[in-house]
Amino acid sequence: MGNDIFVWVEQFDGQPAGVSFEAIGAARCLADELGGGVTACLFGGEGLDTMAQEAIAHGADKVLVAEDSTLADFRVEPYAALLAKVVRDAEPAAVLIGATFRGRELGPTLAVELDTGCIADCTALLLEDGQLMATRPIYAGKLLSKCFIPERRPQIVTIRVRAFPKPEPDSARSGEVVRVDPVLAEDDIPVKVTGFQETEGGVSLADANIIVSGGRGVAGPEGFEPVQELAQVLGAAMGASRAAVDAGWVAYEHQVGQTGKTVSPDLYVAAGISGAIQHQAGMRTSKVIVAINKDPEAPIFKLAHYGIVGDLFKVVPALTAALKEKLG
Amino acid sequence: MHIVVCTKHTPDSEAKMSVDEAGNVSWGESPLIINPWDEYAVEEALMLRDEHGGKVTVLTVGPEEALEALKHAIAMGCDEAIRVWDDGCAGSDTLATSYVLAKTVEKMGDVDLILFGKSAIDAETWQVGAAVAKRLGVPSLMYVIKIVELDPEGRTIGVERLLEEGRQVVSAPLPAVVGTTKGINEPRYTSFIGIRKAAKMEYPLWSLDDVGAEAGKVGPAGSGVRWPEVSAPPAREGEAEIIEAESVEEAASILVDKLMAEKVI
Repeated sequence: MGNDIFVWVEQFDGQPAGVSFEAIGAARCLADELGGGVTACLFGGEGLDTMAQEAIAHGADKVLVAEDSTLADFRVEPYAALLAKVVRDAEPAAVLIGATFRGRELGPTLAVELDTGCIADCTALLLEDGQLMATRPIYAGKLLSKCFIPERRPQIVTIRVRAFPKPEPDSARSGEVVRVDPVLAEDDIPVKVTGFQETEGGVSLADANIIVSGGRGVAGPEGFEPVQELAQVLGAAMGASRAAVDAGWVAYEHQVGQTGKTVSPDLYVAAGISGAIQHQAGMRTSKVIVAINKDPEAPIFKLAHYGIVGDLFKVVPALTAALKEKLG
Repeated sequence: MHIVVCTKHTPDSEAKMSVDEAGNVSWGESPLIINPWDEYAVEEALMLRDEHGGKVTVLTVGPEEALEALKHAIAMGCDEAIRVWDDGCAGSDTLATSYVLAKTVEKMGDVDLILFGKSAIDAETWQVGAAVAKRLGVPSLMYVIKIVELDPEGRTIGVERLLEEGRQVVSAPLPAVVGTTKGINEPRYTSFIGIRKAAKMEYPLWSLDDVGAEAGKVGPAGSGVRWPEVSAPPAREGEAEIIEAESVEEAASILVDKLMAEKVI
């Protein structure tokens, strides 16, 4: 077994997932300590050259690129089969994967294929005597669990989106790009992709630097209009609490919390959200939290860094106006 | 159609979790419930059964407490229940648990569809569904928000599954593993008759031998991951700075200045 760290670089429609570069950054730190290299694995239909260079700029020494029509859309069967093959060939110490929808399916599938362990959704990683020690939240972040994979190799770890810093790209870095072939032919893949419907409303919650969320306090679908306007001025994604989703005011894709998405943006604005523990589970690791609520006793103020007690239908438009003025 | 729903029991989502000095996790007085995500899988299974005929079997790998999850699923309307347990199962990670579940499904023999909830609210690995699909060598369809079509005779299923950027529409042959997510349906409440049925029912217990599982592939020996230490997260320091001003406009302006100083906008 070697000291290299492999990273699966996720892409959709020619755009890399931000978490993949975060994973390369984490892999770089681990590989430097182990005295190994970082290999990025980049699969897709075509046109991956620019992304391969980006992977190198972010810290990869080598990029394994597979371009084939069978890999154009993510499907776990061909992706796991190819990743398993390149991992078997190189015998790295660990494989890091972003804990996205795709990564959370790929990780355990690869683990079964390689008969090894997969630590899910980890938020911190360090080495102890050459062994990866991972920290991950459990019970909706109410507790933290330390995990490791004592014997089996490689150690597969999915890392939480935005839990690790994204390295500054360095275009002067050089690395090797190696072409690899898919393992499965189209006839070997039972799952067929027949369509794709993109989510309406712009920025995706997972990658967003800023999220503006509305809750019960917005009091109806039209109440999300000022929330949406504030999100637009900030270039933010729009989130919602479970109460707002269950009431049918916004689609489930926007839900943040224990039964929705877990997010960790630089700025999280909670408008009209009381801050039940289930909502906090989905956003408590945000860097800066702003709460706007007319109830000064709302639990969200216990978690927030800044708060304004007041009517969100006055405060949110005032914020939008102030931002327009100051950000030009 | 024979549909199997895999489920587990978890502490209630409202439970106040704590860890004592010996590292034992406690959920206080809170009840054990069916993993809330699994209710979507049960509901979907019941609707598919009512449309296409057949039966729904609810399956868990767990100690006696896991009966809570099976009872809830039966009370919702599932036809049969199976619990698999052996002392050797304790300490299983997702690698080992997926092995036991796959062996059990193979033992049943005639399964068309295996449903899971998105994840369990305790360990939140999101792993077991995809791992079981891999072990059975059948399609893995995770984060399904809509079953577009199911054709038991043509042996195909079409679904919409959630990805970060939108919904991927895929089709696959049966049997298949489907991981459901919230939004796919509105799980029903348990009925009085259902609760009575669940209370009276016998719950068969299968051992590792019964499902043909090798002892060396379950428990710590069959697991990849160990979790030696659980702790409470550090409490956030400090209190929210409540911004007060003469007018809403002034408060908004002060807040924007502070956020600019924090370099988050």
